[in-house]
Amino acid sequence: MPTHIFPVEATHIMMFARAIGDTNPVYHDAAAAAAGETGGIIAPPTFPQAVAQFDPDYPLRPKPGQPWFGSGKAASGIEGNPATSGGLHAEQHFEYHRHPRPGDVLSVEIRPGKTWEKDSRRAGKLIFRERIAEYRDQRGELVVTARSVAVTTERPVGAD
Amino acid sequence: MALKAGNLAVGDTHRARVVENLTRTQLVQYAGASGDYNPLHTDEVYTTQKAGYRSVFAHGMLTMGLTGKMLTDYVGDGRLTRFGVRFTNQVWPGDTLDATATVAALRQEGGQHFVDLALSTVNQDGVEVISGSATARIDP
Repeated sequence: MPTHIFPVEATHIMMFARAIGDTNPVYHDAAAAAAGETGGIIAPPTFPQAVAQFDPDYPLRPKPGQPWFGSGKAASGIEGNPATSGGLHAEQHFEYHRHPRPGDVLSVEIRPGKTWEKDSRRAGKLIFRERIAEYRDQRGELVVTARSVAVTTERPVGAD
Repeated sequence: MALKAGNLAVGDTHRARVVENLTRTQLVQYAGASGDYNPLHTDEVYTTQKAGYRSVFAHGMLTMGLTGKMLTDYVGDGRLTRFGVRFTNQVWPGDTLDATATVAALRQEGGQHFVDLALSTVNQDGVEVISGSATARIDP
């Protein structure tokens, strides 16, 4: 059961908000945010997913000296059948006990949930895997609970 | 500005365009911010030649993030207590997305008012790419 330490920083929140095209000052302007209802900068609702940055073994980040399945000289840096991404994202659910703020140091405990199968005409056999992540703050209080479902397909989806 | 229970009715909707002509660069920007560098979202060569897709496509979480922008603009900052989605179709470069929240229920719990919302995000062809729900704290 891996636990990751996720220090929440204002710059990271600003960059994340830019990436989702959200110009709301509550994500980048400390003075404007302080004058509003939240009393300071908070993170956008999908920001907890950026815990991937703090997983030292996260498989979807290239690492120096290790083969990467994306393209370089060849269409994949791994010969033969390259490793796949481990599935597509099927569902994501967040429960907010409060919204993370810069200065929070979250401990994120991730555990597997249920697994199930389904047949699909579009993509063949589908295997669904659930994952639960609990984000606790420096006082041990629950901040966010996240439940994700990933699906592995037999054939590419939307390959038309 | 937070929502007020007294001004809302079941069936009310709020709709916003959350991205127009999505670019591959925005997928790369999202990869950098989120930490998910999956070549399916960042590497056209790998995705078309090795993985068998017609193009790179958006992270589901980018589409959820774009949908979340509509949602927080509607319910106010720091008001969400729950936000969940199913990714029902892929989002491709060039897509334009409109996100809608529909009031499904208004309720009180421990003296606090909440709104339950049904969410739907569709592309320029009217195909739903996200279906979901959310709950937010609202003012009386």
